[in-house]
Amino acid sequence: MKPAPFEYYAPSSLPDAVDLLSRLDADGCDMKIIAGGQSLMPMLALRVARPEALVDLRLLEDLDYIRKEDDGTLAIGAMTSKQAAADSPLVRSAQPLFQAATELVGHRQIRNRGSVGGSFAHADPASEYPAVALVLDTEFDAIGPDGLRRIRAADFFVTYMTTALEPTEILTAVRFAPFPSGRRWAIQEFARRNGDLALAGVALAFDIQAGLCRDVRIAAFGVEATAVRLTAAEQMLEGRPAQPIAFEDAGKVAAAALDDPMSCIHASSDYRRHLVGVLTARALGEAAARTH
Amino acid sequence: MASTQRIEVRVNETTYVREVEPRLTLADFLRHELHLGGTHVGCEHGICGACTVLIDGHSARACLTLAVQANGSEVSTVESLRDRDTGALHPIQQAFVDGHGLQCGFCTPGFMMTTLELLRDIPEPSDEQIKEALGGNLCRCTGYQSILESVRLAAQRMKSNAPA
Repeated sequence: MKPAPFEYYAPSSLPDAVDLLSRLDADGCDMKIIAGGQSLMPMLALRVARPEALVDLRLLEDLDYIRKEDDGTLAIGAMTSKQAAADSPLVRSAQPLFQAATELVGHRQIRNRGSVGGSFAHADPASEYPAVALVLDTEFDAIGPDGLRRIRAADFFVTYMTTALEPTEILTAVRFAPFPSGRRWAIQEFARRNGDLALAGVALAFDIQAGLCRDVRIAAFGVEATAVRLTAAEQMLEGRPAQPIAFEDAGKVAAAALDDPMSCIHASSDYRRHLVGVLTARALGEAAARTH
Repeated sequence: MASTQRIEVRVNETTYVREVEPRLTLADFLRHELHLGGTHVGCEHGICGACTVLIDGHSARACLTLAVQANGSEVSTVESLRDRDTGALHPIQQAFVDGHGLQCGFCTPGFMMTTLELLRDIPEPSDEQIKEALGGNLCRCTGYQSILESVRLAAQRMKSNAPA
């Protein structure tokens, strides 16, 4: 047994889960929510995380759904598996960027158990999801002792593995506003091995109107403590012809404008900066060439 | 010492009830509590795929799942592949033998369980689909080409054995 000992709870309803978290929190318990566990379990095995209690959401079956609401919003329950989201024709047609990002997460065995909500709540800086959320203005529904709270992506990701969620709150759903047909999108990342966490990556979306780039949204992951919008490149591209020369320029601007890319044994700060430039230009080109 | 939990897990069509510590992984549960040693543990933190089993029909890393999370679930391990009555190898096992899909054999149970899910969902996979599916399993002996060949062979044989 590799993880340190902990108490384990599997509440059978959302209200029970919220009550339990409030009670544990009031007792000063260092608790952690476990959903699919595909990020938390390695941290427990390595004892990087040593919570006193785990609150497992596995029995909250009403958090497992994918549905389109009347206004076209795609709502995905937090406990929906990533594989279910990746395989869903509804997700593919309504939110192609999110679908493509999901296929990049880990491997089938990981996606089968890993939940959609878990990766957002975990907020790993190298995860594709927070960057995609910044590009798509995803909203997050959280339920806590004071009821439901809806949080915008721009306010949700705070810093390294830290979100705006309170310890007593549970992420229940992620919500995507309709993605206009014809809007261009792409996600590009670089990892040493297929399925590994990316050393760096870029997700983006923009419109092409009369040959010009409009409403450009670009975000990078794996580079800073949390996913970041590449606003300098966005502004530079706005109104520019959607041509390779502009995309190359945007890549250069994106790389130059990065604050202080992470450095680790796998990739230096300079290398990550270089990757963001290359991947931004590539992703813009891929998105512009997309015909669907 | 954290309190133990009573769990009921169906493994390879047999139901087991055990009292376990919450921190016990499903991989250790299978190996140490049920003495099913076919599920191998390599890295024990989700990288190598040697411990791949099916949980309710979905491939999963048994080291990234707590035994308590499998409470009420149906688990299939590599021990489920061989024909219970005749003892004959499963077509996937035979294909790994014939295709030299293993050398030391340590990673093999994980590859076979991944292959089981792949060929159930995609009976005639392309090479790209096989590579994508096997991407979550590491092998340090074969160089992978013979594993690819074994999966192709298994797919062919299972297709020709399938009832029309």
